[in-house]
Amino acid sequence: MKFGIVRFPGSNSDLDCHRAVTEGLGARAEYLWHREHDLQGADVILLPGGFSYGDYLRAGAIARFSPIMREVVDFAERGGPVLGICNGFQVLCEARLLPGALARNEGLRFQSRHVHVRVETAETPFTSAYGEGEILRLPIANGEGRYVADETTLDRIEGEDRVVIRYVDEDGGRSDEANPNGSARDIAGVCSAERNVVGVMPHPERASLPYLGSTDGLGFLESVLTRTAGAA
Amino acid sequence: MSDGGEADASAVQSGGHGAGEAYPPEVTPELVEEHGLNEREWELLLEALGREPTFAELGVFSAMWSEHCGYQHTRPLLADLPTEGPQVIQGPGENAGVVDAGEGWGVAFKIESHNHPSAVEPYQGAATGVGGILRDVFTMGARPVAVFDSLRFGSLDSPRSRYLLDGVVRGVGDYGNCVGVPTLGGETVFDPIYERNPLVNVMCVGFLPKERLIRGEAEGVGNAVMAVGARTGRDGIHGATFASEELDEESDSRPQVQVGDPFTEKLLLEASLELIERDLLVGIQDMGAAGLTSSATEMAARSGTGVEIDIDRVPTREPGMTPYEILLSESQERMLVVARPGREEEVREVLDRWELEAATIGRVTDDGRFRVLNAGETVVDIPVEPLVDGCPTYVRDGVESGEVRERRERDLSPYLDPGSDREAEDALLEILDSPSVASRRWIYDQYDTSVQTRTVAGPGGDAAVIRLADTRRAVAATVDGNGRYVYLHPRRGAQIAVAEAARNLACVGARPLGITNCLNFGNPEGEAVYHQLEQAVAGLGEACRALDTPVTGGNASLYNETPAGPIYPTPSVGMVGVMDDLADAVPQGFRGSGDDVWLAGTTRDEIGASEYLSACHGVVAGPPPSLDLEEASRLVDFLLAAAGANLVISAHDCSDGGLAVALAESALSARDGPHGVRCVVSGGEELSPAAALFGESQSRVVLSADPDDGPGLRRIADEHGVPLARIGQVGEPGGRLRLSAAGRDLDIAMREIRDVYESALPRRMEDQAGLTT
Repeated sequence: MKFGIVRFPGSNSDLDCHRAVTEGLGARAEYLWHREHDLQGADVILLPGGFSYGDYLRAGAIARFSPIMREVVDFAERGGPVLGICNGFQVLCEARLLPGALARNEGLRFQSRHVHVRVETAETPFTSAYGEGEILRLPIANGEGRYVADETTLDRIEGEDRVVIRYVDEDGGRSDEANPNGSARDIAGVCSAERNVVGVMPHPERASLPYLGSTDGLGFLESVLTRTAGAA
Repeated sequence: MSDGGEADASAVQSGGHGAGEAYPPEVTPELVEEHGLNEREWELLLEALGREPTFAELGVFSAMWSEHCGYQHTRPLLADLPTEGPQVIQGPGENAGVVDAGEGWGVAFKIESHNHPSAVEPYQGAATGVGGILRDVFTMGARPVAVFDSLRFGSLDSPRSRYLLDGVVRGVGDYGNCVGVPTLGGETVFDPIYERNPLVNVMCVGFLPKERLIRGEAEGVGNAVMAVGARTGRDGIHGATFASEELDEESDSRPQVQVGDPFTEKLLLEASLELIERDLLVGIQDMGAAGLTSSATEMAARSGTGVEIDIDRVPTREPGMTPYEILLSESQERMLVVARPGREEEVREVLDRWELEAATIGRVTDDGRFRVLNAGETVVDIPVEPLVDGCPTYVRDGVESGEVRERRERDLSPYLDPGSDREAEDALLEILDSPSVASRRWIYDQYDTSVQTRTVAGPGGDAAVIRLADTRRAVAATVDGNGRYVYLHPRRGAQIAVAEAARNLACVGARPLGITNCLNFGNPEGEAVYHQLEQAVAGLGEACRALDTPVTGGNASLYNETPAGPIYPTPSVGMVGVMDDLADAVPQGFRGSGDDVWLAGTTRDEIGASEYLSACHGVVAGPPPSLDLEEASRLVDFLLAAAGANLVISAHDCSDGGLAVALAESALSARDGPHGVRCVVSGGEELSPAAALFGESQSRVVLSADPDDGPGLRRIADEHGVPLARIGQVGEPGGRLRLSAAGRDLDIAMREIRDVYESALPRRMEDQAGLTT
């Protein structure tokens, strides 16, 4: 079982993903450089947070043209599990592997703090270790984290149970206060129609070791481990 | 700027005196004066050169002999600071200091100012301040793991101060967030004295395997000198000279402010660490203040070698740049490296992989000279030693200002009692509403605090706690300094900055290792400011000796004055410490109902220089609290022993706003939300109510502990000679703060306290939300 962690110039949560996989989960992880054409036999692909290529055009907009992303798209189309976190979520949306887009936060400021999210579906390779309705405490750290999509798309993904996590308060209730950035329908993460590609704005990998104040995020990695182990 | 600031700035910026004029211009007495060299410095320059300088040489001397690079006023004073100890791996004189954190790891750290650029262009000024200090740390071979910002602004009632705060916070945040280094703490203080001259000091902390330590050296005659990273542009020319001048009404010197690119910085960081890890380099140094000039000459000076630069080979951002401009550009995200013999090509490959350039621009020589060739013609040929170390220094006679003495000795008796219980409650709420005391959440919510997955304790506590690499250890860090204290008593104020930093580290359970400092002062050519500088440096040295925290580096930012006068003398002390097990880190907040609340230390009848006087009465007067360095040291040892024995549930330093504020903060930051707290401070009949509640007596800490651990805690306190009193108990969630002391009884709902404390900054800043930079 090997995790491939894609590194774009400007990725900065690559180390966090590596630590969560190797130390939090006890699995193997390999960095995949953006210019490479080979996923090196990775069973799971993680697209970490950061500012790929400086985010100068639009968050994630340039990264999708990199050689490694061609491989990631092929991998995803073959049903391989792909998790994009923060900037990685933005890259997946830009690459059309996920619907919608991430826009500048309401309030226009970078936001960094812990939020609560509710697991809306356990039917993805990254959330199967959770119970539906489970409340997680995860950090966010982004300037462009407001999930947007047109109403038709939003209705469709809700109808197909493709909202993976939603911002809630600590008791699981939805409210404007619990939504940190104005995301449409409090959406913090979605999955592809085939459910193998997941993008989340909060950082589960930064809530993967006891000293970080929360280990609630480890389930994202445990889910895929259990699933792949079961399949093998 | 001495006089005619605009003329000064424009002459220096253009460097080539406009496209239409001939380059180089003739070196005239007027040009020498515009370059800030006085008569004595001119004489020394002629002596060093043995002839008149070229235009480029004049620029080089002007930058290197500025206060910013040459430490004209501070060098003689700094010589007395303690810089050695078994824990010191690298002391002052390098890009950053390094102390030993154990298990083979060093902690590199350094603080620097970016005050003048931030006054002119807050966003870029602050951003490039972060960029520069990150480079200082990764040039040592260390990966930057945390940034701290120490900020001073005018009152938030002023739109300009709100604009500056907004821009500086965005600048610090955008740069650090993008590079992926968390900003984990600092301090933000507001006082009208900083209205036109804000302070932006940034500290960076990094970790390195000790054997990977590399220095800014140019060893090995014939070795290639290479420029790596961003290209050289026309921005920031003569920033070092700019930083060594006063800001006047017309200071709008934007061309002297550099523009930062955190994306390039991130690439340069990774590339530099890879170069060092692969052992391809002899030495490396940031092209910071005075750019290529200072990096090349300082590296040569450290090694006793010379450097020859072929200026045509420096990659530039635009054509037609003159040697003068290239030598003095402060374009960001550039490094000067000296490659190991035969490794140039590998250096280029590493940089290429990170999509950056590396160009060989010169060689190490054995003649001790800094020589620059332009199209085969020598345009600079200066002996390195006098250029780097021969900067004239000044020792003046300091005299305390009469106004300061009068303020310190002012009668404070009208303020000793808030008047009634009700008025005492209002006073507490007023202090909690002071932007200098209130929650900084509005600021640190804009900083990524979780990236790198090392954050054991982030902003909002007494010190940040950062996991040390892959070990169980943790490094703690803090920045402290109270300008009001130093203004009213420079020597004691500076001592307190060190003592408070040590106390903050001890509160989280970390043993202090060393400090870095940034000396923010006014124009030292005036006797009153010189007195402050001299006294404060003496105080720093005394406290560092007493607390065994050697000075490992820092910088000086002088000339922080405007026509309205100098700022408060404001040394910022950045301190790092270490703990053996990150699981033993002690939080600031209470755990839960029923735990005992203790006060360690002695409360004295002191209200001078306090936040209470300032926030509630608008008075800046009286002496700062007394400080016994031996007592301060015993308190640190007591806290570490108590934490080591696992007897402490929470610990919080009593500082601004005294006991009442410390209790309120520990109650607010309880891990499951605010808790009530009930305390009675007895035996203080000789204390005035204001001193008992809000006085800032030093070496005091509010602790909470399991009731069963009381005897153990008391025994350790006795062993260390630290007075310890059980003053109350943690109450129910929600709850009320009840505090009785010196005849005054406070009783306030925690909900009200939280609302005031949390809303103070956002309430003042919310109309700034649309401000863009």
